Amino acid sequence: MTHPSAPVPYTDDDDIPLFAPTPKVYPQKVSGLYRRIKWGLLIVGMAIYYFLPFVRWDRGPNLPDQAVLVDFERRRFYFFFIELWPQEVYYFTGLLILAAIILFLMNALAGRIWCGYLCPQTVWTDLFLRVERFFEGDRRDRIKLDDAPWTAEKVARKAGKHFVWLMIAWWTGGAWVLYFADAPTLVRDLATLQAPFTAYLWIGILTTTTYVLAGHLREQVCLHMCPWPRIQAALTDEHALNVSYRYDRGEPRMSVKDAKRAREAEQPAGDCIDCHQCVAVCPTGVDIRLGSQLGCIQCGLCIDACDTVMTKVGRPTRLIAYDTDEAIQARQTGQTPTYRPIRARTILYAAIIALVGGAMIYQLATRAFLGMSLIHDRTPLFVTLRDGSIRNAYTVRLINKRTESRQVALTIDGPTSVTMEVQGATATSDWRPIVTVDPDTTREVRVLVTIPRAALQSGTNMIRIKASDLFAGETVTIAENFFAP
Amino acid sequence: MADDKHTQPEVDRLTGIATTGHEWDGIKELNTPLPRWWLWTFYVTIVWAIGYMVVYPAIPLISSHTVGLFGYTNRAAVQVELDKLQAQRNAQAAGLADATFEQIKANPDLNRIALARGKAAFGDNCMGCHGAGGMGFVGYPNLADDDWIWGGKPEQIQQTILHGIRWDQNTETRVGNMPAFGRTGMLKRDEIAESVEYVRSLAGLDVEKTANLAKGKEVFAANCASCHGDEGKGNQELGAPSLTDAIWLYGNSRAAMTEGLVNGRAGAMPAWSGRLDAVTIKALTVYVGSLGGGQ
Repeated sequence: MTHPSAPVPYTDDDDIPLFAPTPKVYPQKVSGLYRRIKWGLLIVGMAIYYFLPFVRWDRGPNLPDQAVLVDFERRRFYFFFIELWPQEVYYFTGLLILAAIILFLMNALAGRIWCGYLCPQTVWTDLFLRVERFFEGDRRDRIKLDDAPWTAEKVARKAGKHFVWLMIAWWTGGAWVLYFADAPTLVRDLATLQAPFTAYLWIGILTTTTYVLAGHLREQVCLHMCPWPRIQAALTDEHALNVSYRYDRGEPRMSVKDAKRAREAEQPAGDCIDCHQCVAVCPTGVDIRLGSQLGCIQCGLCIDACDTVMTKVGRPTRLIAYDTDEAIQARQTGQTPTYRPIRARTILYAAIIALVGGAMIYQLATRAFLGMSLIHDRTPLFVTLRDGSIRNAYTVRLINKRTESRQVALTIDGPTSVTMEVQGATATSDWRPIVTVDPDTTREVRVLVTIPRAALQSGTNMIRIKASDLFAGETVTIAENFFAP
Repeated sequence: MADDKHTQPEVDRLTGIATTGHEWDGIKELNTPLPRWWLWTFYVTIVWAIGYMVVYPAIPLISSHTVGLFGYTNRAAVQVELDKLQAQRNAQAAGLADATFEQIKANPDLNRIALARGKAAFGDNCMGCHGAGGMGFVGYPNLADDDWIWGGKPEQIQQTILHGIRWDQNTETRVGNMPAFGRTGMLKRDEIAESVEYVRSLAGLDVEKTANLAKGKEVFAANCASCHGDEGKGNQELGAPSLTDAIWLYGNSRAAMTEGLVNGRAGAMPAWSGRLDAVTIKALTVYVGSLGGGQ
């Protein structure tokens, strides 16, 4: 437990407070390289999130033209040139595995990049803090304002802030629902109050969560809700780049004057002047000088703050920097620090990413556009016909993933004199029954297969049913049991 | 109040955090209380629970329970959903009611609706005798084969479902009896045995080497051919099954065949016209035809 929590005076149960009095964090404004990177990523990330639903992608006459769309009604997922059916949900499993391993790889290379720069919690909190600063001023002003009595000005500032927060939160929820329906239509329906109730409900839910999580809970989410800091702590090692206080350079801390005096007297003097700027700018309120810790999201803002101070006092920058534990220890013992990005674990992570990603790309590239599934009737397993021959019934489901209607011919292969009757066949071609499957749909037909008793052995026999696209030439063959008494 | 209540708490030396004063075998518990928002969430759930109990039925009374502000019950909600579903089905049924069997067959949408509706109705009403998938049992015809006692055209199947078989309460019911030749003394024991052997020879079943097939043929022509036909091919008008194929409603053992001749056969099927609506019966007809034998 590294989060500062002050000891509380009490001695028995009656005196134990029911909650930990967490001090409110007032992050101070900061500027520098990492702040600029964070703004850049914030703008790019939010632009993608808010405007992606409006990007169009032509898929032909029968399909939606939205580039990214989760279509629950028709049970399809569209992502630019990719269209997925519910039975292909394993692609999402693959994506989740990829996401996890990429997170591990990022962590092995450069710590909590995700937390510091990309996590929506960080990004939205950043934006909300910017709004807070606009209305209430920087750190000092905000602390003062919170302590001040309620005046008209304070009410106005607070109200303005909450109003803008709610607007951003509402727009966040509004963009979310656009991924689940045609965006321009839904925007019009929302504006004219014609949209389905679920759209308003989800906007309401997302508005609430954004407002509460980014506006009020902020670093509490990272400290108490998110599992990643716990997992990350178990995955990191001494070779990973982390935002680190270089204590080999910073200690012993002393004021600028003391340090100057010490240096003149050839006494050891650290560069850290204990100005607490790194703590003041920290969005989670931790002291990076205590070392890597659960509360640190490694956003690099303390690097910017410390660099500013070091420049002012005329010492080299990067007293706080992306560094490895190993490098710091190496410098302390007079060795040359090395950064080794290529290690057993990064190679392993990269290999898993390549394997899973490669398998998914291969699957997508060779994805079948004609599918078939075959279900044998459960009862009766077989039927004896008048002439003594045996018949089995099957339900054949043909899957057409193309955007045009297709003619599929069914043929059968099995014991001598096997015949097949397809209920719902529209025509025949070379005596093969033809089934028409509409664009982007499935079609079920019942197939009755008859085999003379003499050609069968008791129990299980095998048949093969082949579906072939008359024009595109795609075929699927399925082997299935044929039962006889 | 004792003074010791206000002494300073014991602070753990290693972490600098106060302890709660609880101690087990020398192990002391650090005081790491919940964050404030968590505590508030807990209070909110309590408020929510009270509101829930007011709004929804919650408290059991002696013979009933509190009904809640809006009188909500799961059962009423289900009924609303069922009514909606029924309305939707009725709209689909309108199309079925007016369509002929040819039209239903030619229209994939209508066909799908008829099959779905027929399948459900079959499960509720027919499966008890005819079995799942119309597999049939001894005495209860298999509906999935290609043999029909009363005809397998859609109109014939519909007629059978509407009016039943040997169902006295329905005036249009299908009638046709296998008489009890033995019990009533119309045929003697040896005549029955001879005709059984003759029928077995018609069906290609094994025949006793000593059987007098000529005598059997005579008995057959005199007593059986009027219904089952001269060649034993059966007659669907009278519900007389073919005796020459591989399908035997009561089995093809000598015992089963003899029993039929001695005691007769008169299995009945209820008329469904008063119990199921016309659209359901039509859907059932389409479904039964699809099981494998429809003509």
